[in-house]
Amino acid sequence: MIWNKQAECMPAHELKSLQLERLRETVRLAGENVPHYKKQFADMKLKPSSITSLNDISKLPFTSKTDLRDGFPFGMFAVPQSDIVEIHTSSGTTGKPIVVGYTRSDIDLWGEVMARCLSMAGTTRDDIIQNGYGYGLFTGGLGVHYGAQKIGATVVPISAGNTKRQIEIMRDLGTTIITCTPSYALYLAESAEEEGLLPRKKIKLRAGCFGAEMWTEKMRDEIESRFKIMALNIYGLTELIGPGVANECEHKNGLHIFEDYFYPEVISPETLQTLPEGETGELVLTTLSRVGTPMIRFRTRDITSLHREPCKCGRTVVRMARITGRSDDMIKVRGVLIFPSQIERALLEIKDVEPQYQIVITRPHHLDELEVQVELSKKMFSDEIRHIEEFRRKIEDNIERTINLRVKVSLVEPKSLPRSEGKAKRVIDKREI
Amino acid sequence: MDKVRQVSVFSENKPGRIQKITGIFGEEGINILAISITSTNGFGIIKLLVDKCDLAYEKLKEHGFTVKLSEVLAIEMKDSPGGLHEVSQILSDKGINIENAYVYVVESRARAYLLVEVKDIEKAREILAGSNLNFFRHEDF
Ligand SMILES: [Zn+2]
Repeated sequence: MIWNKQAECMPAHELKSLQLERLRETVRLAGENVPHYKKQFADMKLKPSSITSLNDISKLPFTSKTDLRDGFPFGMFAVPQSDIVEIHTSSGTTGKPIVVGYTRSDIDLWGEVMARCLSMAGTTRDDIIQNGYGYGLFTGGLGVHYGAQKIGATVVPISAGNTKRQIEIMRDLGTTIITCTPSYALYLAESAEEEGLLPRKKIKLRAGCFGAEMWTEKMRDEIESRFKIMALNIYGLTELIGPGVANECEHKNGLHIFEDYFYPEVISPETLQTLPEGETGELVLTTLSRVGTPMIRFRTRDITSLHREPCKCGRTVVRMARITGRSDDMIKVRGVLIFPSQIERALLEIKDVEPQYQIVITRPHHLDELEVQVELSKKMFSDEIRHIEEFRRKIEDNIERTINLRVKVSLVEPKSLPRSEGKAKRVIDKREI
Repeated sequence: MDKVRQVSVFSENKPGRIQKITGIFGEEGINILAISITSTNGFGIIKLLVDKCDLAYEKLKEHGFTVKLSEVLAIEMKDSPGGLHEVSQILSDKGINIENAYVYVVESRARAYLLVEVKDIEKAREILAGSNLNFFRHEDF
């Protein structure tokens, strides 16, 4: 179901001229009112009037998360605080949080793009949406909420957590659409199975939009087959607006980016040059209509590629591939770019292997060597050494297939790799360069 | 035919792993009767025949080792040059393939056992029931 045919199915030339008009307005607004951009444009002697085509976007500077942090709290705001009706923050792993502000028109825009996302999952005013994203400073909860209200669907603002309650609500209210993180969806499936609601008894769930974390096709298959629903991938980030930047349609061949509001580019994280369509690199996004905190060429660090071949759904807006990694985790071995997430995926594709691993890079004889240490799981253990060796080889082969590089896989004793509370340290680079 | 169980332990090939195991056994008063170590590509499996099998299993697990208990055939060998040949001849005549084997010598009684791992131990026991092989007796512990 298409929420806004005019915007989502716009002919290419019309879209481009709309984007240019909005880009110029965004650059003007940012250059005149946002302290950070004001200074930066002045330093670069950049005039908003020098943007005469969409290609000129490459003249504009990138914005990084650090810029947002340095501007804490209101350094990225383009309007006086009195025009701001809502604020969200996202905390990083280090330092100060970042703050973004929404004017009334920004909230309206957010509701619009979220209505488009939820419509892709088939949501109408007859649906009951169980919104399992966290409400609060995190953008997930309210983003879905605004979209649901725009559609006129019934939203149950249950927020994240409290699994027992989630299951009861799902059964008692007859939830038809669910929104939460994919890992939580799988957890819910498990609990629903324990409560005897699955396979499909007493529940009416039909579809869901899952995001806010990296996930895989394998996880999608699992969510879909356990709940017997359609599971769609949703994408967004607080710096831009929150969820609602892009969402998959029912054909599930990439996430349609709402290009009338967000201008996407894919760059090489190394050279920072814009890459041709279809090539994989870091996603860079520019807001085209945000007023509170306009964002110019924000480096998302998310790795993806853009595709413009026509989609069966009839939407003309570009599609981005499922995110496969983060450019800050990227490692370069023998000239090949590798993401730990690719290795993790290769591991998880093998039954009984758990994602407890560490990547060690060395350069013993002027040539990089990559060793992946994988903890032996209980299920991998056998008293026959050839069975364990078979696992080791399978992992080696699968990693090679995924990253096109032969690596050495070492099996290590369970619980011998360091554990950390937050983000695990997966890569140890021992090269002396 | 008495049942004989061995303890299998996963280990990385790095110094000190066997000492760690013998250390634990020392504290718990567990005696190692026979040991076999196989390794490949940086890891290995240590197989142990001990007098207190269940205790050894529990204690190793407590210390974070990955352990498994499994059954082996313990076949008596004549203490003469042809002893091993004779046993293996009978096994191959009966179509039983040796997956892995090691030896346990009972010093006090001057007896030796061939500890044999096979694919299907129940079947092997059935097949060998009528043979003139002698099997392990518990009093030899
Ligand atoms: Zn589509």
